[in-house]
Amino acid sequence: MNAKRQNKVAIGTLYGIAGLVVLILLALLGYILVSGVPQLSWHFLTAPAKAFTKGGGVGIQLFNSFYLLILAMLISFPIALGSAIYLYEYAKDNWVTNTVRTAIEILSSLPSVVVGLFGFLFFVVKLNMGFSILSGAFALTFFNLPLLTRSIEDSLRTIDPQQREGGLALGLSRWETITRVILPAAVPSILTGFILSAGRVFGEAAALIYTAGQSAPALNFADWNPFNISSPLNPMRPAETLAVHIWKINSEGIMPDAKAISSGASAVLVIAILLFNLAARYLGKRLYKRLTSA
Amino acid sequence: MTKSPEQLEHELKRRSKAAKLEIWGRVVSFTALIIIAAVVVAIIGFVASKGLATFTTNHVNLWSFLSGKDWNPSITDAHGKPEVGALSMIVGSFLITILSALVATPFAIGTAVFMNEISPGKGAKILQPVTELLVGIPSVVYGFIGLSVIVPFTRATFGGSGFGILSGTCVLFVMILPTVTSMSADALRAVPRYYREASLALGATQWQTIYKVVLRAATPGLMTAVVFGMARAFGEALAVQMVVGNAALMPHSLVDPAATLTSVLTTGIGNTVMGSLQNNALWSLALVLLVMSLVFNLIIRLIGRKGRLQ
Repeated sequence: MNAKRQNKVAIGTLYGIAGLVVLILLALLGYILVSGVPQLSWHFLTAPAKAFTKGGGVGIQLFNSFYLLILAMLISFPIALGSAIYLYEYAKDNWVTNTVRTAIEILSSLPSVVVGLFGFLFFVVKLNMGFSILSGAFALTFFNLPLLTRSIEDSLRTIDPQQREGGLALGLSRWETITRVILPAAVPSILTGFILSAGRVFGEAAALIYTAGQSAPALNFADWNPFNISSPLNPMRPAETLAVHIWKINSEGIMPDAKAISSGASAVLVIAILLFNLAARYLGKRLYKRLTSA
Repeated sequence: MTKSPEQLEHELKRRSKAAKLEIWGRVVSFTALIIIAAVVVAIIGFVASKGLATFTTNHVNLWSFLSGKDWNPSITDAHGKPEVGALSMIVGSFLITILSALVATPFAIGTAVFMNEISPGKGAKILQPVTELLVGIPSVVYGFIGLSVIVPFTRATFGGSGFGILSGTCVLFVMILPTVTSMSADALRAVPRYYREASLALGATQWQTIYKVVLRAATPGLMTAVVFGMARAFGEALAVQMVVGNAALMPHSLVDPAATLTSVLTTGIGNTVMGSLQNNALWSLALVLLVMSLVFNLIIRLIGRKGRLQ
């Protein structure tokens, strides 16, 4: 077979592979949306789940997912921001920095179930916090920290070094250069990373089944005092999220419409991730234009 | 009003507001970094101490734990020792990981090559956002689709229950495909443009350029992508647990129910009493998982180092 013919065959094969992959991926998305979207209704999104009969919704799970997401991001963002700033601005190239970088890499490659089990051991059992939103938020924080730190550090690194030199040349301290010059310029790309990692946190389940728990007690949405047990804001109540709910009803659910509910819940998750992705792109571009007047 | 010399000296020598802020910033950001490092140390320490308890307090032999085929921690065998042989789960985990990586690698690299070399305009425009979106899809969704599509399909085709290594492999294949694809595409993108130009200028065909130049130059990056995908597959818990069948037996065929380290962990931890042997044995499985993820990490580092040396 001569080289030209070989070339044609190989390129044709690559077209075939790419086409097949597109087909698989589209079939996947299509299946989720086609089987799930018909299940969606206002009732489904707001009603509490039913254990034995059909017609339950995912209202509490949906609320729990968002509440946990907000708590986890509130805890993890400042820590990730601080670490990224230190790694970018202050860290010298020595063994301490290398060790910490290795530690971050290790944390990012740990299976989420191991992170969840650690959360169970430490927060649920040792600190006696029980299956609670707070335990879950900490587990999600650990899961999220390495990813967010890396994405913020990458964002900082994309800023032209001249900006930094300019700040220092004006007599600003390093810290002032970072907070007044570099960070504002990096906001759009930090925001993009933030939203994308929020999407990952939103769909995480393995880190939560033994930290935030697998039950969703009834909530009283008229009671916003975080110290009352039935209040949606109470951080010490067990909280099953949407992703955990899908796993739970498929592995031990006994309601007759488990499949329909899972389809609907999967569609909600995927649509939420889709919105997170779109928002990340749109807001990043929009903010970039506004902040740089480009 | 004139200032006394002491007062003047104090004012000149004291730290400026900016210098104080600088120290404050440095301390705060360093604290954040230390928190992350402490979390990693705590995770490894806690899981290791729990996982080693099986061997230290329950006196299970490490070798019999790793090579034993019978997993039944609540009963004891003929010698009065508890049956905690994790081999079936270790084999299950490795089998699923390796098989799914074997299937996913050609697809992922082929797609990445297509996106980058053959159709960087139109093809990349469709594939890039789709793969990026799929990287973010929660693993339970993959598990649910596996349960409602792949398991019935294997049941109809091969008989049996449909749960097993094959179904697990299919689910993980689809799950790691976007990750490996987008990382491979990054690796190909890092190959300098003039490599391709030089090769084409020498009269090589497009395929020869791809195969003999671009893929060779990107090998460390591509290997990292595949190992990363394997690490993800090895640690994936819920999606696998939903389709693998959860029977801690040595897998005899790809369509018999089996178990992985993660599937036994997720189903077992909640049903055992803290501190009991049954519970400790599960923590040992978690430790195996942790050690394996460290090994994957090490492999990725070695590949990276080798790539730099070339």
